[in-house]
Amino acid sequence: MEAFGFLLQGLATAMDPMLLLYALLGVTLGTMVGVLPGIGPALTVALLLPVTYGLDPAGSLIMFAGIYYGGMYGGSTTSISLNTPGESASIVTAIEGNKMALAGRGGPALATAAIGSFVAGLLATLALAFIAPSVVKLALIFGPREYFALMMLAFVTVSAAFGDSAMKGLTSLFIGLALALVGIDGLTGQTRLAFGMPQLLDGIEVTTLAVAMFAVGEALFVAARIEGADVKVHAIKGAVRMTATDWSRSWKAWLRGTAIGFPIGAMPAGGADIASFLSYGAEKRLTKYPAEFGHGAIEGVAGPEAANNAAAAGTLVPLLTLGLPTTATAAIMLAGFQQFGLQPGPLLFVTAPTLVWGLIASLLIANVMLLVLNLPLIRIWIKLLMIPRHWLYAGILLFATLGTIGVNPSPVELVQLTIFGLMGYGMRLLNYPIAPVVVGLILGPMAEQQLRRALSIARGDWTTLVATPLSAGLLAVAALALIVPMLMRARGRGAVLSQVAADED
Amino acid sequence: MNKERRPNGAAFAIALGLAALGALLIWQGLAIPDKGGYAGIGSGAAPKAIGGGLIVLALCHVWTGLRSSSLPHPHQNWAAIGWIVTGLLLQLFLLKPLGFTIASALLFACTARAMGYKKLQIALPVGLVLAFVVYGVFDGLLKLNLPAGFVENLIYRG
Repeated sequence: MEAFGFLLQGLATAMDPMLLLYALLGVTLGTMVGVLPGIGPALTVALLLPVTYGLDPAGSLIMFAGIYYGGMYGGSTTSISLNTPGESASIVTAIEGNKMALAGRGGPALATAAIGSFVAGLLATLALAFIAPSVVKLALIFGPREYFALMMLAFVTVSAAFGDSAMKGLTSLFIGLALALVGIDGLTGQTRLAFGMPQLLDGIEVTTLAVAMFAVGEALFVAARIEGADVKVHAIKGAVRMTATDWSRSWKAWLRGTAIGFPIGAMPAGGADIASFLSYGAEKRLTKYPAEFGHGAIEGVAGPEAANNAAAAGTLVPLLTLGLPTTATAAIMLAGFQQFGLQPGPLLFVTAPTLVWGLIASLLIANVMLLVLNLPLIRIWIKLLMIPRHWLYAGILLFATLGTIGVNPSPVELVQLTIFGLMGYGMRLLNYPIAPVVVGLILGPMAEQQLRRALSIARGDWTTLVATPLSAGLLAVAALALIVPMLMRARGRGAVLSQVAADED
Repeated sequence: MNKERRPNGAAFAIALGLAALGALLIWQGLAIPDKGGYAGIGSGAAPKAIGGGLIVLALCHVWTGLRSSSLPHPHQNWAAIGWIVTGLLLQLFLLKPLGFTIASALLFACTARAMGYKKLQIALPVGLVLAFVVYGVFDGLLKLNLPAGFVENLIYRG
């Protein structure tokens, strides 16, 4: 029960009034931005990253964690009240949630989403706290080859395993990997692909790329669609509370959603989208009211919402313990750590235990704050949905450029923002996923270094990569995750995979 | 997924772009003197490998492009794209001479215009006020270093 002691210490750290304030600020901003239509959790954290620059590491990371959880909560409000979801992980929530809102049951839908997110967030964060020390111990036996194999698995699951085409996913991934080469090689100091421009020596910033592709790309995509009239907000009728029947139908779905979501987030097996999709499938199969599905079944909101938040907490397991981001959101969070020179991973639990455990504890606190923010104040958040589209996107672009200007007001950086924005637009238009580019950019150099280290240790012997059962097993799973979906698509069973397309997260 | 959003001539254009990028990486990889060391591979290996991967993907695009027929291209509002890119470029060039507030207000107004809001005389002042407040909050309270122009110097440093 060492985790319990650490967690208590963490709670003591996180109860510092200043840190509580940062957490509150984080969840409020996260919810506010997360609610805005068209902004998913990845963009929420990327846009709000500059807010945390001026703070100390503890305050900044705690605020950041609040933003992450807040963004996940905010997205569910959007998908229930609008027919276009704010984040891809909430698409399945939108199926039933939107129907419930149309039928005048928006109140219970929002309540079950908020309480389900709370239950899932609480359980999954506790699971994170209890699993983290064991994963850290496991990580100590990880050598470069195991890390490399794990990263290969992450590459495959983020790019090729889901979505409607492995080719498109891999294309996105390789664009990210190519961009990752720009700058100085971490192992030899060799300059690569900088073409004599000193501004490129540091490489391409993850935040610049993420903000450009998600924010600028999305703004261009929305602006270029001519027919797009403003989407209609459903008025939320009735109180945001649930009847006894709603409760009895919801609680099992919450627990099942958590049980599905957390492992999926914790393993490099895709992000929250996949978790909420699987949870929806499970609820549909297990429900006692099959006729209601597709017309506003409360289980269809409760399960996926819980799964999506549990997966968000699960994603933090590989991120904190191994330093391995498995989603675009986690990639941006990693960039947030790196701005303070902190490298998440097993070592961080030793060198900065107060910081790590304070962060985990503050996630629990953020979760409680979010429940309070979301149940009574939900009407205020829904008001945000009424912001006209032109003001909304004008504001988004202002904030998108603000982050880049604030960190590095060089014209090169702003030109990158424009170019990658146009690239993001083109990729959206032609249905190429964005997340693999961001993950490729941050994981590419890490994978290269681990590979070269592994080969150095083995003096150039490539068989070292499969020399331990663990690394061989991970590589085999990665290969299966690449090949099986390809076969499924070839046999015309790809529709299931496209529905789980990891779009934004 | 929306099938209309997958025009086919695009497959060949993308193939060309990927092949060009791949060739660039391989060329740059070859240009690096590779001393392998203990690992047997050095700094030039990754560009060559990723460049090779891009060329394989380019070939895949050609193959799918040949197999599937061209789909109707949804009409795109190029003027709107132009407005946003103009806004971004205006901000880029005017940031240093005029400062954050004015440059960002122009971006704000151009984006609103791209989204179909034609009243520039309203969008511009709204953008000015917003950018000005953002400057105050981020430069003053959150210690971000934003380029100041005469507006910022006049009012915040008065």
